[in-house]
Amino acid sequence: METKNIMIVGVGGQGSLLASKLLGHLLMEQGYDVKVSEVHGMSQRGGSVVTYVRCGDKVNSPVIDRGEADYIVSFELLEAARWLSYLKPDGQIVTSTQQIDPMPVITGAASYPENLVEKMRAAGARVDALDCLALAEEAGSAKAVNIVLMGRLSHYFDLPDEAWQKSLEAMVPPKFLELNKRAFELGKRA
Amino acid sequence: MKQLMLGNAAVARGLYEAGCCVISSYPGTPSTEITEEAVKYPEIYCEWAPNEKVAMETAFGACLAGKRAFCAMKHVGLNVAADPLYTMSYTGVNAGLVVGVADDPGMHSSQNEQDSRHHAIAAKVPMLEPSDSAEALEFAKLAFELSEQFDTPVLLKMCTRVAHSQSIVETADRAEPERRPYEKNIQKYVMMPANAIRRHPFVEERTRRLQAWAETAPVNRVEMGGTELGIITSSTSYQYVREVFGDTVSVLKLGLANPLPVKLIRDFAGKVEKLVVVEEMDPIIENHCKALGLTVSGKDALPMEGEFSQNLIAEKLGGTVHTGRTIDDPIPPRPPVMCAGCPHRGLFYILSRNKCTVLGDIGCYTLGAVAPLAAMDMTLCMGASISAVHGFNKAGGAEAEGKTVAVIGDSTFIHSGMTGLANIAYNRSNSTVIILDNSITGMTGHQQNPTTGYNIKGDPAGKIDLEGLCRAMGFSRVRVVDPYDLKACDTVLKEELAAAEPSVIISRRPCALLKYVKHEAPLTVDPVKCVGCRSCMKIGCPAISIRAGKAHVDATLCVGCGVCEQLCPVQAFKSTGKEG
Repeated sequence: METKNIMIVGVGGQGSLLASKLLGHLLMEQGYDVKVSEVHGMSQRGGSVVTYVRCGDKVNSPVIDRGEADYIVSFELLEAARWLSYLKPDGQIVTSTQQIDPMPVITGAASYPENLVEKMRAAGARVDALDCLALAEEAGSAKAVNIVLMGRLSHYFDLPDEAWQKSLEAMVPPKFLELNKRAFELGKRA
Repeated sequence: MKQLMLGNAAVARGLYEAGCCVISSYPGTPSTEITEEAVKYPEIYCEWAPNEKVAMETAFGACLAGKRAFCAMKHVGLNVAADPLYTMSYTGVNAGLVVGVADDPGMHSSQNEQDSRHHAIAAKVPMLEPSDSAEALEFAKLAFELSEQFDTPVLLKMCTRVAHSQSIVETADRAEPERRPYEKNIQKYVMMPANAIRRHPFVEERTRRLQAWAETAPVNRVEMGGTELGIITSSTSYQYVREVFGDTVSVLKLGLANPLPVKLIRDFAGKVEKLVVVEEMDPIIENHCKALGLTVSGKDALPMEGEFSQNLIAEKLGGTVHTGRTIDDPIPPRPPVMCAGCPHRGLFYILSRNKCTVLGDIGCYTLGAVAPLAAMDMTLCMGASISAVHGFNKAGGAEAEGKTVAVIGDSTFIHSGMTGLANIAYNRSNSTVIILDNSITGMTGHQQNPTTGYNIKGDPAGKIDLEGLCRAMGFSRVRVVDPYDLKACDTVLKEELAAAEPSVIISRRPCALLKYVKHEAPLTVDPVKCVGCRSCMKIGCPAISIRAGKAHVDATLCVGCGVCEQLCPVQAFKSTGKEG
C-alpha cells in the first residue's frame, strides 16, 4: 500500500498522545509498517502541537511535510487552519469546532480569524467539523475529545469496527474504557 | 516480538537486552524517556542524579565495579558532563559504559542547537547514531560490545525525531554478562600527569583501531542505486533521503558518527558521478570528505539551522516538492505559555509590576519572558541565573542590587544553582535569589529530584531542605512565600531587595499539573460587574479572554487559583462552586 499520512494537531495538553497511540496500534495490527512522531517538552505547555502518523508497506520519514497529509485530525479550529497547507489536494480534515484563543489573541496583539470552516472549504479542502467537546461531555468527560475525533475518523477508514474496539481496549486504561467507548460511538454516529 | 516503540523506549530496551545494570541520568528533552522506560525493568537500577556530571561519574563508578552502566542527557547536558567524559576517554572502562546524548535540531525544547558530534571528536570516543527505533535498540546493544572491545566509553547519539518517533522493533531476551571483577590498576584509572601521559598514546591508537573497524562495520552500509548521485548521510537525514529519492540514488549510510571511515568513503565516491553529504547541523561528514580531497557538496545547498524534512531535501537536491492549500487570513501564532494555575505566574506578575531586572534560568518559568508578563531579562544555561546576578550586582552596585533578582527552579537549583549561591555567600554581593519551588522537575514532564522526597520510582527518598541548605551556606535572610498570594509576594520582594545583605526567597507551591494537587472550582465573571478594564489580562492566563468587551473565563482550563481575582478592582470574579 502507498503510504497514508495522518496528522493530529491541537493545543498542548489536549490529549493528542493517546490518539496517536491508538492509531499506531490500530495500523500496526493491520500489518503495516508504521511511524508515529510525537512532541514532548516545552511545546506541550499550551503551544501548537502536531503528531504525525504514517503507515504503508515501508515508511521512511517520521514526519509529514506540506501537501502530504491524507487526513488532518484537529482538536481546535485555528490549529486546523494553521496546518491546512500540509493537506494533500484531495485530503480530508476532521476537526472539532472548539476555539481556544492563543496568547497573542488574549493580549489583543492579534485576532482569531472568523468563519474558518467556510474559508477552508472555499480554499478547496474537504472539512468535516463537529462539536467534539459537547460529545465528549455527553460521553462523560471533556477529556474524551481525542476519542470522539477517532470515532469520527473511523468513518473514513475501511476497517472493521472490531479492529478499532480492539485497539481501544489495548490502549485505554480499563477504568476509562467504557467512557471512551461511548465517546468513540458518539463521534462515529455524529 | 514485533512492537511499535518510541526511539527512547527502544534504547531502554536495548540497554535491558544488553544486560545493563546501572543507569543514572538527569532529565532533559528529548532524552528523558530513555531512563523513564528503563526503570520499568526491575533488573536495572535507575536513578535521577542531581546533574549530568554526577550521572556520568556514577555510571563510570558502576562500570569500574564491573557492571554495564549507562547515563542519558540532552545535548547541553553533555557540556556539563564534558569534564568526566574527556578523561574517561583516557582511563577507558572495566565493564561497558554507554552515554546517551540527545540533540535537538530545530530547538523544540532547548536553548541552543549544538551538534554533539563535536564532543565525540574532541573527547576521542566512538559515537553511534541510529536512524529509527530498530537501530536505536540494536545500537544500544552494540555500544556495550564496542565499549568493552575497545576499552572506551561509547556515545549513543539520538536526535528529537529518532528519540520521539515510534517505529517497529523486534525485541529479544536479556543477556546477563558476568560481572567483571574490579582490579586495582593505578596506571589506568588514576589520571595524574605521569599516568595520563602514558594513556594518551593508547587513546590515539584506539582511534586508529576504531577507524579500521569503521571501514567494514555493518553499521556503515552502502546501498547502491542509480550512480548519477551518491549521498552520504546518517541519522534521520537518511530517512528523508530515502523518502525523496527511493532507490534512484546510491547511499552510504553511516551508523558510526565518530570516527569516520576513509577507504569506505573514497570507494563510494569513486562509484558515483556527484557526491553530496546530507547531515543536519554542522558539516562534520562533509569536512571529513573535503579533508580527504574529495569534491563534495552539502552545506552550500543545505542549511546548518533547524531540522530537515523531505520537502527541504527535495527542494535543495532536485526532487518533487509538495505544496498544499492556504487561506488568506493571517494565522496568529500559538507559542507555549504558562499553564492556567501555574504557580510561577503570580510571582512573575509581581516581578513585572516592580520593574525588576530578572536573570532567569532553564525550566517552565523561562515562559515568564513571554508577553504580557515579559518578566525576564536573561536565560543562558542551567544555574546561570544565580552566578549572573552576583556578577550583575558586583558591576552595577547598590542601584542594581535594589531591583535585580535571580529566578531558578528547584531542580535547576540543585543541578547547578547551589555553586552560584556559594559564590554569593562567599564573595558577598547583596543579591536576591528567588527559588521557584514547584516540588517537581516540570518542563521535562514531572521527574522527581532531591528536593521532592521521592525517587524515580515514586518511593520515599532523601529530601534536601532548601531553607536549611541556604542557611548553612550563610544566608540569614531566607523567606518562604505562596505565589498565589500577590500581596505577600510583593511585600517580601520589596523587603528583600531593600535588605542590606544577600537573601533567598523561596516561592513555594506545587506544579498545577501534578496529579495530587487538588484544584478549587473554576471562577466565572459577573458580566454586570465587569467593567472591561483588562486588569486581569496582565497575567497572561490562557483561561481568560475578552468576549464582547468583558472578561471571560474558560471553565475547562481554569483551576481556580484566584490570582486574577486579586487584580479585579470591582470584584467581578466569583467561584462557580463546582470542582473542576
